[in-house]
Amino acid sequence: MVLQSFKNCLWLSCVLRTPKACFWSTAGGGLIIQSVSNDIYQNLAVEDWIHDHMDLEKQQILFLWRNSPAVVIGRHQNPWQECNLRLLRQKNIKLARRRSGGGTVFHDLGNVNLTFFTTRKKYERMGNLKLVVKALKALRPQLDVHVTDRYDILLNKQYKISGTAAKLGRTSAYHHCTLLCNADKLVLSSVLKSPYKGLKSNATPSVPASVKNLFEEDASLTSEMLLDAIAKEYAEQHQIDHHITLINPADETLLPGINNKTKELQTWEWVYGKTPKFSISTCLNMAYKDSVLDVKVNMDVKHGRIEACNIDLPEQWLPPELCIELVKSLTGSKFCPNEITTLVTTLLRVCPQDDELHSRWSLLCENMIRLM
Amino acid sequence: VCIHRVRSCSSIRFIKSKYVCVFDKSALKFSHQQRLFRTSPVSCGQIVQFKLSDIGEGITEVTVKEWYVKEGDSVSQFDSICEVQSDKASVTITSRYDGVIRKLHYSIDDIAFVGKPLVDIEIDPSKGVSPEEDVVETPPMSHEEHTHQEIKGHKTLATPAVRRLAMENNIKLSEVVGTGKDNRILKEDILNYLAKQTGAILPPSPKAEIVPPLRKTEAVPAAPKDRARRVPVPVSRPIAFSGKDRTEPVTGFQKAMVKTMSAALKIPHFGYSDEIDLTQLVQLREELKPLAEIRGVKLSFMPFFIKAASLGLLQYPILNASLDESCQNVTYKASHNIGVAMDTEQGLIVPNVKNVQVCSVFDIAVELNRLQSLGSAGQLGTSDLTGGTFTLSNIGTIGGTYAKPVILPPEVAIGALGKIQVLPRFNGKGEVFKAQIMNVSWSADHRIIDGATMARFSNLWKSYLENPASMLLDLK
Repeated sequence: MVLQSFKNCLWLSCVLRTPKACFWSTAGGGLIIQSVSNDIYQNLAVEDWIHDHMDLEKQQILFLWRNSPAVVIGRHQNPWQECNLRLLRQKNIKLARRRSGGGTVFHDLGNVNLTFFTTRKKYERMGNLKLVVKALKALRPQLDVHVTDRYDILLNKQYKISGTAAKLGRTSAYHHCTLLCNADKLVLSSVLKSPYKGLKSNATPSVPASVKNLFEEDASLTSEMLLDAIAKEYAEQHQIDHHITLINPADETLLPGINNKTKELQTWEWVYGKTPKFSISTCLNMAYKDSVLDVKVNMDVKHGRIEACNIDLPEQWLPPELCIELVKSLTGSKFCPNEITTLVTTLLRVCPQDDELHSRWSLLCENMIRLM
Repeated sequence: VCIHRVRSCSSIRFIKSKYVCVFDKSALKFSHQQRLFRTSPVSCGQIVQFKLSDIGEGITEVTVKEWYVKEGDSVSQFDSICEVQSDKASVTITSRYDGVIRKLHYSIDDIAFVGKPLVDIEIDPSKGVSPEEDVVETPPMSHEEHTHQEIKGHKTLATPAVRRLAMENNIKLSEVVGTGKDNRILKEDILNYLAKQTGAILPPSPKAEIVPPLRKTEAVPAAPKDRARRVPVPVSRPIAFSGKDRTEPVTGFQKAMVKTMSAALKIPHFGYSDEIDLTQLVQLREELKPLAEIRGVKLSFMPFFIKAASLGLLQYPILNASLDESCQNVTYKASHNIGVAMDTEQGLIVPNVKNVQVCSVFDIAVELNRLQSLGSAGQLGTSDLTGGTFTLSNIGTIGGTYAKPVILPPEVAIGALGKIQVLPRFNGKGEVFKAQIMNVSWSADHRIIDGATMARFSNLWKSYLENPASMLLDLK
């Protein structure tokens, strides 16, 4: 129709005007790209960008990426339930929430990430994982790796070396998975253990599994080799050149709007605020002078903010007005140690300057903050 | 009022009994403007049950995780409705229709079934709805109905999604050249218009533009917010300011500041300012910086300012005191816990260095380093933020000369330090020389501190800093 050909003309004229458009359109039904960045937020933003902007009808895309240490939780998960946030803060390990579902993973440079972009109709996880297994076997035929029906890849039928998650939109979809080459298992197990008690939530729970690095099975393997083998297999199956195009996730001209996406993924509202509603019901055992106090605490947290809060203190242990002020301050605040610390220390400024009072207050507040 | 409607409804041929004819008042108002096509079933405010479409991989059920809309919200085609999850896959469900959400069939965490209704959407009356609920999300293209948008007498053809894009960018549709059929304005036209405005080269949208069937008049009962958002665009200027007021609740750091400063209001402040010649101190610091670096510590001017303040407080302890609520008693604090105002991403925090009276300048530098790194990481603890007795604010690192700092209760004094400037001054011989000048602005609680005390403290502090060697005499 006239409309269609006119639109094609427009598109073509734009292609000729803007050479970067040629970057995205290749001959053949596939494109393999690799990120030059190790920043989890930048790389997740690339996934978002491709998902939102690319027409995957003519070509599918394989995206290869690795990250510096980070914990990545699924779209509908609860970070307090999934990992040791205290430890993450101490060790300066980033926390990110991805847009796909599934469970929590630990990334570092010894872990390889693969994202398969297709149209929604062509979304098929099993095929992708079988491709990965085929590539691994081609690289090292003696490797005992297979895909389970939970979309994991197991090594020696025991150890999980890959986990999967996916995101489906209106017309496009992506399936990404990890592959453990040489990740730090000690850090992995310590950060993925939550110390927070009394949490009740409908957030997607992670299923813990024993993991093993491919490096432990065959010390000659490196992440680069794995990436290359998988790219090779993908190229073969899609009948395209075995050529990996590097992309820079900070390049705003190539990926217009990418920096905004990166910023959004780092906001507190996304990382913590998207946590499904949960409640905490726990007992603080506070050692004060010669006795131990049992303080029952109940909190409802919605969108990462304290919706309701109840603290059961022994009578007159703290002046009642101060308790009321504390509850008032907590309500509506972020469930975040930094913010709560600022608020509670401020409250101390405006109450009677009594050492006993101050030490009781500090004790209570420190225990409360430990919940976050 | 409804008589006219009843008559027209009686001629409706119901394809499926589940379609409900809703007596829509606003549809009635504009009914005379509509061109009703009798070839398709004409209903008023038809409620369509939007079913959950196929997810793929043989999945039959999903969990509803988040709603992006609520009952009564207007949606456009392709707007996100909700997020569902199935076996590690998170799916964004988008609307097939323009209309108003009338019913959500599931709550959060409910299991939803593929092929069963997800939401009920009330569609504008003039649109004919295709009777089959096909599984594919792309809407049928066979309808030839037109959309008219009456904007000041101009008839502009555009889909609701395109109209929204124009509205968000404050573009007058009548100024955009439509390249679609019948001069219909497409999304590309809006983008091209924007590109011309900003001079940016926008990449082509590689996705094939699916042109949905055009329908409805402005008659759709748009939520009141839509009307309020329609900012009148001035005729002559091409780019108009599209800012909107935004109201947010006061929480977190801002809330803390509100509390502190409201309490500070009770304190009658007086100010005292002076100028300090730091020429010698600048030189001294240059000499000591590398020594500190060897020990792994960054040495700024603050440790000197803080130590000098503590030495001053030894002579004028009333500045390190606290007045009780009833103004009956003054407590002279033994420890000099000197607070340092810190600007972080979230806002102002004031951690303090404990017991400066027994710390060396180097000790103070170490502690400052620790507090600064914790502060920028948002990891300061309660003990770091409580117990302060006196505060210094080095606003000069950002800029400024004289300031009017606010005392942080329960303290009684505070000092704000301006920036160090190179200025001409006269020396003892009457010659002009380059001096490193910094201004200090003190505020004190006039209920227990008088001007003379503040002035003498300031002079002492100033003398320590102008002649750093004199600090050696009084160091404990």
